[in-house]
Amino acid sequence: MEVIFIVLPLAILLAGVAVGAFLWAVRRGQYDDLEAPPCRVLFEDDRAPVTRASRPCKPPS
Amino acid sequence: MSAEALAQSPTALAGISGAEQSRANIACAHCAQPVPTGLLQSDSEAQFCCAGCRAVYETIHACGLDSYYRLRDSADASFKPASPSADTFAAFDSPAFAALYIIPNDSGSNSIDLVLEGVTCAACVWLVERLPRVLDGVLDARLSLRESTVRVTWDPGRAALSRIARTLSQFGYTPHPAKGRLRSDILRIDQRRRMIHLGVAGAIMGNTMLLGLALYAGLAAGMEAQYRTFFRWASGLLGVISLCWPGAIFFKSAYAALRTRTPNLDVPIALALLVGGAAGAINLILDRGEIYFDSLTVLVFLLLIGRWMQYRQQRRADAAVELLFSLTPSTCHLVDGDGGITDVPVEAVHPGDIVEVRSGELIPADGAVVLGRSAVNQALLTGESVPSEVEPGANIHAGAQNVGGILRIRVDKTGADTRVGQLMRLVERGVREKPAIVQFADRAGARFVIAVSIAAIATFAFWCRLGIPHAIDHAVALLIVTCPCVLCLATPLTLAIAIGRLARADILVKSGAALERLARGGRILLDKTGTLTEGRLRLIEWIGDDSLRAPVAAIERYSNHPIARALVSEQAGMKRRERSDQSAVPDGVDSDHRQIPASTALASEDLTPTDISERNDGGISARIGHHQFRIGSPNFISRHCEIPEHLQQARRTHESAGATVIGIAVDDRCVALAVLGDRVRADSRAAVDSLTRMGYAASILSGDAAPVVRSIAEQVNIPSHRARGEVSPEQKLAAVHEPIDPPGITVMVGDGVNDAAALAAADVGIAVHGGAEASLAAADIYVARPGLAPLTQLFATSRHAMRVIRRNLIVSLSYNILAGGLAAAGLMTPLLAAIIMPISSATVLSLAVASITSSKATGAQSWK
Repeated sequence: MEVIFIVLPLAILLAGVAVGAFLWAVRRGQYDDLEAPPCRVLFEDDRAPVTRASRPCKPPS
Repeated sequence: MSAEALAQSPTALAGISGAEQSRANIACAHCAQPVPTGLLQSDSEAQFCCAGCRAVYETIHACGLDSYYRLRDSADASFKPASPSADTFAAFDSPAFAALYIIPNDSGSNSIDLVLEGVTCAACVWLVERLPRVLDGVLDARLSLRESTVRVTWDPGRAALSRIARTLSQFGYTPHPAKGRLRSDILRIDQRRRMIHLGVAGAIMGNTMLLGLALYAGLAAGMEAQYRTFFRWASGLLGVISLCWPGAIFFKSAYAALRTRTPNLDVPIALALLVGGAAGAINLILDRGEIYFDSLTVLVFLLLIGRWMQYRQQRRADAAVELLFSLTPSTCHLVDGDGGITDVPVEAVHPGDIVEVRSGELIPADGAVVLGRSAVNQALLTGESVPSEVEPGANIHAGAQNVGGILRIRVDKTGADTRVGQLMRLVERGVREKPAIVQFADRAGARFVIAVSIAAIATFAFWCRLGIPHAIDHAVALLIVTCPCVLCLATPLTLAIAIGRLARADILVKSGAALERLARGGRILLDKTGTLTEGRLRLIEWIGDDSLRAPVAAIERYSNHPIARALVSEQAGMKRRERSDQSAVPDGVDSDHRQIPASTALASEDLTPTDISERNDGGISARIGHHQFRIGSPNFISRHCEIPEHLQQARRTHESAGATVIGIAVDDRCVALAVLGDRVRADSRAAVDSLTRMGYAASILSGDAAPVVRSIAEQVNIPSHRARGEVSPEQKLAAVHEPIDPPGITVMVGDGVNDAAALAAADVGIAVHGGAEASLAAADIYVARPGLAPLTQLFATSRHAMRVIRRNLIVSLSYNILAGGLAAAGLMTPLLAAIIMPISSATVLSLAVASITSSKATGAQSWK
């Protein structure tokens, strides 16, 4: 059972990492707007094709 | 597309022409509303309900953004016809505007927050965020759905802000600069901080509970001492973090409360946390007795959740009101030396400048008229319901609305020096003098802390004979198990649910404390305009031949006068109702006024007036067919012909009641009178009665003329001694401070700038639909629906919420007495405490949620 002396701090450390990730997300403003981003994900991103099309085509050398 | 056509909303078009077409079963390609048959175009694939929708559709189409319609159809939302603004947004380019609203970025680009009108669903997010593709120079656009606010970042070298604003407007979203950006940034940071506290407290609670479970299991099954000590230390460390980080907010609040001697509910909580934490830490170090950290971390988390929920609901109401601020126009038309007109923000106007104020716009500053004749509506400023005539030389005040023709004004005073500015200082005084509010839960908390302290001391004294450590243990156990955590959780939860429900009914509550106070009876001071009455000039009575109404409206269409407009819109509304359905309920029109006898010779004639002349002598004259019409003030009429005695009598009666009377003469014979005034809302009387039944004495406090107020009071069943007219803003403030008998609260309901100070000073200030910016800022509650009916709903909800809160208090108190009794008797084991606390929380919470949400059926009845 001595293993508990290692496993318990490890478990708490793991929880600490999760809390740290949460803090990071909140401070970055990830939770500020919970309505627009879910829809934004669903839009087919047409920015990418546009940039591809606008890039001048290089003739094969 | 002409600017005028764009500016006319479809309803305005229909209303003014009076030609309401029947609607076909074809949906508008832009807004999906039915298209009027008259606007159907056989050769076109896409059909539109109005010019606005067509313009927006064509813009979106031309930009290659048709996907918007595909996206939108998958979203389930309702749409309104688009009304793109004809504004050029030139003011957005002025330096004064830039200084106020634009945020410069390090990279040389600029950002601005714009509040958009007409944002409905996810497809709007898509469309608005395509702005960088449509407009060269725009770097980024991010739309927040909840706040209807877009943050645009652009390169000022490549795109002008006015161009961006015009593009947004052409998409159907009229932009306004977001006011109060600094405040919303502070609030955003505050919200993040609360969220972090909640997350940390939750994580620690979960882990401490697991450790606690192991310890309790160890108690039962036996546990080696080394593991037990290890678990206790781990639990202790986590507990200390929870108390010192998220829990610190309770200590701060309790300290502040003690320092200002206004005890609140945080005092007993802080006491329990402090004593529990200290006793736990000592026991941990001495390796004896109980450590309480598992219970304490649960406590911190639950309390934070309650706070978070109430905070979210209040923030939501706050944000909705904030949005209204941004929608009030803040630009005006400055006339420069050579006669050119530039649009600038109101803040850029200085004394001596000349500004142009067009019909329907607000006067931006105090000044004197230099050009033009018009009428200005000062209802929001003074409470006066009848627009007053102005001509060159007349002084007018900022905040009044120009309801007639174009005016040019030489500015005397701006900003804080104006009448409105002075009133705002009065508002600040009102806020300062407002007594500190003690919320119900805090009042209960103050008594609670005394009772618990006495019980703890008694317990300590009683157990002292068995040794000091033993006595401390029992006293600490008592303090922890009687912590009023349930009360702290259930009360904000109940308030949050009530506030959320009111918000869905368009009643925005900015503070839970205001909702609580409403439940106590008292007196309600009602402003007249906008609450009891409709707040605009309407036809009250027509004396004489009804068939004359159509030709009169036909003539008055050529006049810009507010009285003329009232007559025209009344006629148009009547026609519409007649065409649509005879069985439809006419909104507030006396039934005997609905019928126009079609057989009358005049009505069947062609109603095109000729020879219209409107001189500034109080009337208009015109010819229809071979009849000469004169319409105007009784003085104007009597200059041309005699007014018969029975009409003279009617005129005197109505004028003494404060109404405006207009005479109609046909072929130099006065045949009819039109009585105009601010009409009492249909539901006002019933609402006043139901407020009286709920224990509130309603009185009227109005800036309007005394006879008008008296007549309104009579109609809504308010005794005449409680109806006061010609009250100045200062007197309104004084009236709020008058002591009341029997004791109760003072609720002020109003919409004008003249009410703002009283709204701020009253126990509860309620601003109503269509109010001025100042009154919105000063009030605790904003009702976004017209009339008094929402008020009865508000009062009923408030009383219901308070009943639920009291019931919660009783249930949680009985738990506390039981648990406290067990602890005092020395029977409270940590295990028992760990079981009783969650159970009591669960019962009270579910009781609170169930009783306030299931009240829909019973509550709705009492609101009617």
